[in-house]
Amino acid sequence: MSAVAGLAESGVTGLLEDPDREADLLQSLADRVLKRAAQRGADQAEVGVNSGLNREAGVRLGDVEVLEEARDRGLRVTVYCKGCTGTASTGDLRPEILDQTVDQALAIARLTQPDAASGLAEPELMATSLPDLDLWHPSDVAMEALIARAQEVEQAGRAADPRITNSEGASVSVEAALSVYANSHGFVGVKRGTRFSQHCILIASDESGMQRDYDWDARRRFSQLADPATTGAEAARRTVARLGAQRIPTGRFPVLFVPEIARGLIGHLIGAVSGGQLYRRASFLLDAAGTQVLPDWASLIESPRIQGGPASAAFDGDGVATRESALVADGTLARYVLGTYSARRLGLETTANAGGVRNLRFEGGDMSYTDLIGEMQRGLIVTEVMGQGVNLVTGDYSRGAAGFWVENGEIVWPVEEITIAGHLKEMLTSIRAAGTDHDERRGVQVPSLLVDGMTVAGQAAE
Amino acid sequence: MYQEVSEQLLAPAGLGSAEIDRALARLSSRGIDFGELYFQRRVREGWALEDGSVKNGSWDVDQGVGVRAVAGTGTGFAYADSLALPALLDAADSARSISRTIGDGKVSALKVANRVARYAGTNPIGEGDSAARVELLRTIDAYVRSLDERVSQVTVSLSASHDQIVVAATDGTLAGDQRPLVRLDIRVLMEEGDRREQGFSGGGGRYGWADLTEPEVWQHYAREAVRQATVNLGAEPAPAGHMTVVLGAGWPGVLLHEAVGHGLEGDFNRKGISAFSNRIGEQVATAECTVVDDGTLDHRRGSLSIDDEGTPSGCTTLIENGRLVGYMQDKLNARLMGVEPTGNGRRESFAHLPMPRMTNTYMLPGQHDPAEILATVEDGIYAVNFNGGQVDITSGKFVFAASEAYRIRNGEVCEAIKGATLIGNGPDVLTRVGMVGNDLALDTGVGVCGKEGQSVPVGVGQPTLRIDGLTVGGTS
Repeated sequence: MSAVAGLAESGVTGLLEDPDREADLLQSLADRVLKRAAQRGADQAEVGVNSGLNREAGVRLGDVEVLEEARDRGLRVTVYCKGCTGTASTGDLRPEILDQTVDQALAIARLTQPDAASGLAEPELMATSLPDLDLWHPSDVAMEALIARAQEVEQAGRAADPRITNSEGASVSVEAALSVYANSHGFVGVKRGTRFSQHCILIASDESGMQRDYDWDARRRFSQLADPATTGAEAARRTVARLGAQRIPTGRFPVLFVPEIARGLIGHLIGAVSGGQLYRRASFLLDAAGTQVLPDWASLIESPRIQGGPASAAFDGDGVATRESALVADGTLARYVLGTYSARRLGLETTANAGGVRNLRFEGGDMSYTDLIGEMQRGLIVTEVMGQGVNLVTGDYSRGAAGFWVENGEIVWPVEEITIAGHLKEMLTSIRAAGTDHDERRGVQVPSLLVDGMTVAGQAAE
Repeated sequence: MYQEVSEQLLAPAGLGSAEIDRALARLSSRGIDFGELYFQRRVREGWALEDGSVKNGSWDVDQGVGVRAVAGTGTGFAYADSLALPALLDAADSARSISRTIGDGKVSALKVANRVARYAGTNPIGEGDSAARVELLRTIDAYVRSLDERVSQVTVSLSASHDQIVVAATDGTLAGDQRPLVRLDIRVLMEEGDRREQGFSGGGGRYGWADLTEPEVWQHYAREAVRQATVNLGAEPAPAGHMTVVLGAGWPGVLLHEAVGHGLEGDFNRKGISAFSNRIGEQVATAECTVVDDGTLDHRRGSLSIDDEGTPSGCTTLIENGRLVGYMQDKLNARLMGVEPTGNGRRESFAHLPMPRMTNTYMLPGQHDPAEILATVEDGIYAVNFNGGQVDITSGKFVFAASEAYRIRNGEVCEAIKGATLIGNGPDVLTRVGMVGNDLALDTGVGVCGKEGQSVPVGVGQPTLRIDGLTVGGTS
């Protein structure tokens, strides 16, 4: 009871000031839940408890628009009884509610049907070394400082160009998250991380109409966050560059995807080789292990234990130790992306990817962005895609897009209200060249990618 | 309704009218224009079947209080996942920090708002026997598999939520609501040779399980999912280019949601960042087009008895005979624009701020028989089902992705074509509506709308429409 009273008392800054104490509290809750599950007849159980705080200041046209201060806590428990599974979660962490939550999970497990693939990962797969991955860099930045910084970001953007006529605002936030994963093998893992971010969304207008674009940055250390003026000015540059956008004729052209959008393409590849899609046969890359999925000069390397990485973790969502490995080596799919459950469904070993890939990097590119534009000569640069037109079952890809038209290796005008279409399998293997301009802010880091021959629809055919 | 909810939600946490008054007075002790407490408890239950068996179920409870204080255009916001008084007062202290001036601590006398119930207070969670829902999923699975031997994967899910909310605000608002929401989803994968295609169907609304578990209801969705997958197994690559598009009735109304709906939300227009800003009174559609946002439809997924600010929901005309006549408003944006709130103030949960959101958005029926509309098209596409859409409210560009479509040639519906993205310009697309059908239909109740990271359930609808010129993103 004392532990829980402590929880209720710890204020917004408690997590930042004393994360060890918070971790101890969460562990005691996890322990209570696992004990109750065992007492009530669960053969196995696992529990995740998280605690987070968020402080954010948003300004618009120089005035404060939103100040937000929040603490979140939650607990999710999964129980396994004779091959049957039940899950329950609660945001109310009082002891009697935790007990009820366990009982609910057990009640569900009594109604569900046995599944041979269910249950915890084998005990010998649990992470045994839990190195400090340098993810926790708390700075208790006061709200006043966040407001001032957001004003600086927005002001830099508004001052950058006379065609910036309006703003959707700038915001700066501090986040800290701590979580405990524990299971009935006796595994207990604690994760904690800080994240500082700033965003700026601007509106530009001229006789051609209005355009909106943005820039942002996010880092684990407040001191590493981009200079406020840089984020504001970049948001302005991107927004103004879209003014006067035109449509282009329908036809087949090479397409250069900028890093943020190229990351989506590689994301579709990751999705298609993920266990859940594979055992449901809902993938255009069924049985693709050992076959070519990217050009032979390209590789995708996962490095989950990088110090300070955006997605670093020593154990996955099942408590399994993470390790560095290639997903794609020299263009060939080296393995799938599997957690314990999907691996069992497929008769394979887990790849420690419960919860997804962590710090996956596209390797093999060697060109600058400017050189890639030159290499393309004539075609489309895509800086934005819209809509849900991606079918992982068939690989069919058709999306709204905006960007720039390139003639003679130079950007000539902005483009909007067009679609780009192709088949993912062909698009991925026909990547002609890649850059070195990886988006370092993300857990999946991809540079600009030049893809040959996609169908671009705009006006009547050329 | 307020009494019933407050007894279930607030009383167990030791909160009564004295505590609510105290928290509101604390908010008002700074110079604010408006302060509000939003109490919520949401319980969700879900069951999913795959490979012929129900392998997992879930039960989730979330509760808490969101407190906001508004001064001018600024909002202070804090929330707590505890309903206890100390947490409530802490949140009030954080939220009121938006204002640096001293207030008088006065609060308008709280008065329970008038409301018309758009759904019963039914609580589907734990209603009847959970084992019956597990059994129903297995029955649906067997039925789907009996429809076609090419069916290789079936996933079926049943989900329900029950939301209890209380809103108390310094403007005197005191309101409560209980919102049931149930949903059935059926997804099939069919294989023929080396082709694999999916079909999806489902529906739901604000009622209990009973309405969803009737055999004629789920059998209809099951047949529909198999039919869609069958159509897609025979689909050919879609054309690319600018062409005439006929949109079917019902769910294709996602066009209206994206192309005009978001652009007519009060916040974007107050800030002057919507492609529709400052265009009230202008002709933005052909005269056949009248579009409304209607939260008052009984039992609909997007309907609300009151919105999340306690304002009774309404039916707001957005476009009347082609002329732009109104925006959707929450309290903040209505006050700043000098108009009345329209019952569109919605939030995902107590942990999110309310903003103007759609409820059920649809176009009223026109004169034409759908067959008559198709007959007028020499060369185009007929799109009857969609995955969803997206819009850039500033440039007005929107997309929506077809999941079932056909080629039209010489007025005849011909071969099925693969799903393609359609792209257009919001302020322009309704000026190209050549014909409006007499067959208004609303969707079956599966819509989820995302805005600034917040998801809320919505409905869409329309009659059959002919649009004279949209860009179709195929490959051939």
